[in-house]
Amino acid sequence: MDPQALSVESANIARHESAWQRLHRHWSVRIGGVVLALLVLTALAAPWLGTVDPTLFDAASRDLRPGQSGEITTLDGEMIKHRFLMGSDSFGRDIYSRVIYGTRVSLLVGIATALLALAFGILLGLSAGYLRWLDGPLMRVMDGLMAIPAILLAITLVAMWRASLITVVVAIAITEVPRVTRLVRSLVLSIREEPYVEAAVSLGTPTLKIMFGHILPNCIAPLIVQGTYICASAILVEAILSFLGVGLPPDIPTWGNIMAEGRVQFMAYPHNLFFPGVFLALTVLAVNILGDGLRDTLDPRMARRV
Amino acid sequence: MSVLEVRDLTIALPRYADRAQAASRVSFSVARGEILCLVGESGSGKSVIAQSVMGLLPRNLPVTGGAIVLQGEDITHASQQRLRELRATRMSMVFQEPMTALNPVMRCGAQLDEVLREHTALAGAERRRRILDIVREVRLPDPERMVESYPHQLSGGQRQRIMIGMALLLEPALLIADEPTTALDVTTQAQILRLIQDLQARHGMGVLFITHDFGVVAEIAHRVAVLRLGELVEIGARDEVLKRPRHDYTKMLIGSVPTLKPHARPADGTAPVVLATRGLSKTYRDRSWLSRHRDVPAALDVNLEVRKGQTLGIVGESGSGKSTVARCIVRLIDPSSGAVVIHGEDIAALPHRRLQPMRRRVQIVFQDPYRSLNPRRKVLDAIIEGPLNYGTPRAAAVLRARKLMELVRMDPESLDRYPHQFSGGQRQRICIARALAMEPELLVADEAVSALDVSVQAQVLELLEEIRERLHLAMLFITHDLRVAAQVCDHVAVMSQGRVVEYGPAAQVFGAPRHDYTRALFEAAPGRHFDFAPA
Repeated sequence: MDPQALSVESANIARHESAWQRLHRHWSVRIGGVVLALLVLTALAAPWLGTVDPTLFDAASRDLRPGQSGEITTLDGEMIKHRFLMGSDSFGRDIYSRVIYGTRVSLLVGIATALLALAFGILLGLSAGYLRWLDGPLMRVMDGLMAIPAILLAITLVAMWRASLITVVVAIAITEVPRVTRLVRSLVLSIREEPYVEAAVSLGTPTLKIMFGHILPNCIAPLIVQGTYICASAILVEAILSFLGVGLPPDIPTWGNIMAEGRVQFMAYPHNLFFPGVFLALTVLAVNILGDGLRDTLDPRMARRV
Repeated sequence: MSVLEVRDLTIALPRYADRAQAASRVSFSVARGEILCLVGESGSGKSVIAQSVMGLLPRNLPVTGGAIVLQGEDITHASQQRLRELRATRMSMVFQEPMTALNPVMRCGAQLDEVLREHTALAGAERRRRILDIVREVRLPDPERMVESYPHQLSGGQRQRIMIGMALLLEPALLIADEPTTALDVTTQAQILRLIQDLQARHGMGVLFITHDFGVVAEIAHRVAVLRLGELVEIGARDEVLKRPRHDYTKMLIGSVPTLKPHARPADGTAPVVLATRGLSKTYRDRSWLSRHRDVPAALDVNLEVRKGQTLGIVGESGSGKSTVARCIVRLIDPSSGAVVIHGEDIAALPHRRLQPMRRRVQIVFQDPYRSLNPRRKVLDAIIEGPLNYGTPRAAAVLRARKLMELVRMDPESLDRYPHQFSGGQRQRICIARALAMEPELLVADEAVSALDVSVQAQVLELLEEIRERLHLAMLFITHDLRVAAQVCDHVAVMSQGRVVEYGPAAQVFGAPRHDYTRALFEAAPGRHFDFAPA
C-alpha cells in the first residue's frame, strides 16, 4: 500500500474528545451537577445538620419567626433548647428540619420515578419499535394514557391505593411512561434502518440480541436527558400532590406537605411557604439545567450554535 | 484581468482539529472566462476556501492571513453588509445538494424573485420577464410551470438548474460551484456540466469549480489546482496537470482514477454457479386509505448468475433497482416473487428460522463506512459477532479476527479500539473483515467504495480483488461508477427502472454496448475521452 496515501487517510481523523472532557467543560452541566450534588449531600447528612426529628412538635414554640429560639420536646419527654432557623409552623414543628428531611423524599421520588418510567418505557418502546405487529395496539394505549391529564391520573391512582412513597412513585411514573415509550420507539425506528443493524441481521444475530446489544446502547444518550426531565417533573408533581393533600400522608415531611400546612397562615407567616418553595425551585432548576447541559454535550446536533 | 485573486490565504482551524490550519498560504487566481477546478480529497480544505471567498465561513474558522481580491476590491475582511451587496451581483455560489439549498416551502419563481427584489429596483413585470428568461436559459422545459413549482416537484437535475439560474440572475463576474454535480446521476451530471460550460462561455464569467472527481475535471477545467491538507501542491493548465503531473501527490491521485477500459482477465465459464436469481421481483405497495393500492415495482424479472471466483457488477443510476436486488439476495428485504438460488437452494421464500443457517453463505458490505459499524462496540466485537452467533468458541473467533485484520492489512492490535478512531477507508476494511469472518461464498458489495476518496478507493478495490482471488469468492458488485465497474467486473448487468437492460461479459458490454440506455450511460461518463497520466 502507498504509505503516502495512508498518512493522508489517518490525518483525516479529527482528534476525538472523550464525552467526559466535553461534559466537564460545559458550564450548565457543572452548575446543575454541583447544586444537585449539594442537595444529595444535604439529604444524606440530614441528621447531622443541626436538625431535630422533623415530626417533633411543641405547643410552646408555635409560629416562631425564622431565627428565633424556643424549646422542643423529644419523644422521651425531654425538653431541649432549639434555634428555629426557618421558624416553626402552627404545630410548633421546626421548619428547617422538615425542609432538610423533605429533600430526601423529593430526591427519592424524582430519581425513583425517572428510573421506573425509563425501565418500562424502554421495554415498551423497544417492543413497539421492533415488533411491528405490536406497534399499533401498544401505541394506541399509550395515546389513550397521554390524553388524560397527568395530575388527574396521578390523583386517581393514589386515591385508588393507600398513599405511600411507593404508590406515589408508581402513580407519577405511569403518567410518564407513554412519553418515554414514544421517544424510544422513534429512536428504534430510525436506528433499525442503520447499516450496522442490517449487518447484524445478515450476521445471523438473534432479534433479542439486536434489540439489546445494538439498538438500545445507541438510545442511551437521549434517554439520560429525558430521565433528568422526568426527575424534575416528578419532584414537582409530588409536591403538587402533597400540597393538594392527596400525596404522601401529612406526617411525612415533604416540601408539598409543609407548604400545604403553611398555606392557611400565608399572610401572617409567609416563611412556612417560602423556604420549602425555594428548595423546590432550586432543585427543579438544577435538574433541568443539568438536563439541558447533558443534551448539548451528548447530542451536539441539538446544541445551540456558538 | 483576473476576476478573483487569492493570495497566501490562511484559515485557522479550531483547537481540537487534526491540524492547525484549514488552508495555509493558498494562492491562485481565476481569470475572466476561465474555469479553475479546485481538486482535492475530503478534508483538503477546498470547500472552506470557497466559503471564505463568499464570506460564509463559520466564526470558528477565521481568516488569519492573506487576501481575497474580487475584481480589484479586497474583500478579505469586508463587512457583512458589503458582502451582502456583492453576493448574487458580483459573485454567487451553487451548492452540492439543491434540495437543501432551495427553500422547500417557497415556489421556485418566488425564490428567484427574491434575488431581484433584494438587489434591483425593477418593476414586477420586468422581474417576471427576467425570471422566465433565466429559466429558459438554464434550459428548463415549460418555464411558466417551473416558476410555479415547489422544489420537491422537480427532479434533482431540474433543481440544480434552478440553483444555477438563481446564481446567474444578476450576471455575476464570479461563479463558485461547490461539487454541483456530486449528488446527481451520471447522465444528469453530464447535462449540468455542459450547461455550466455553455453559460460560462456565453457570459464570460470566471468559474471556481470545486470537485473531487478527476473525470469531471477532465471534462470542464481550463486550469486545475490540487489541494492536499490545506496546501496547494500543484496548479497549472488542465492537460499539463492531468497528463504530466509533477507533484507526487497529484501523480498518486491521478494514478488512482480507474480506467474505463475493462480488464482482460479471462472468465472461467465452467466454474460452479454460486448464486442464480430467476425472475426475481420486488414490488412495493403504496398503501392508501381512499384510493386503490398502487404497486411500485422496484425490481422486475431479474435473472443473474455469479460463478465461483468471479465478479458480477450491477450498474445503474439511482432508483434503477440495483440495491433492491442486492438486498433481496441478502434477504434484508423479502422478494415479492422469483427465486434466489444459492448453491442449489432457493432462499427467496425461506421463513426466518430456516433462513438462519443460510445467512452465513452471503455477506454484504455497505456504502457508508461511518454508519456500518455500531459506534458503541469495539472492532473485535463487530468481527466476532457473526462466528459467535454460529457457535464458534470465543478463543477461536478472536484468533481468526486477528488473522482477518492482517488479511485486510490492518494492525491486529487495533481490534480493541472503537470505530470512531478509524478513517473511512479503514472502517471499510473492518467491514470487509467482518463479512469474511463468516466465511461466505458470496460477497455483496453495495456501493462499497462510493463514499471513499479516490486514493482510498483504489486501495480498497485492490484489497477486494486480492481477497476474491485468494479465497475464490463469488462477488456481486453494485455500483453507479462505470470506472469502478470496468476495473473489477467479469460480467456486467446494466439496470434501468427495475429491469436488467443489458447483461454480458464486461469486455462486451463496455466494448460494444447494444442497448440505447447503456450507450447513453457510457456517453455521459465524465472524462471518457481523456487519457490520464498512467499510474
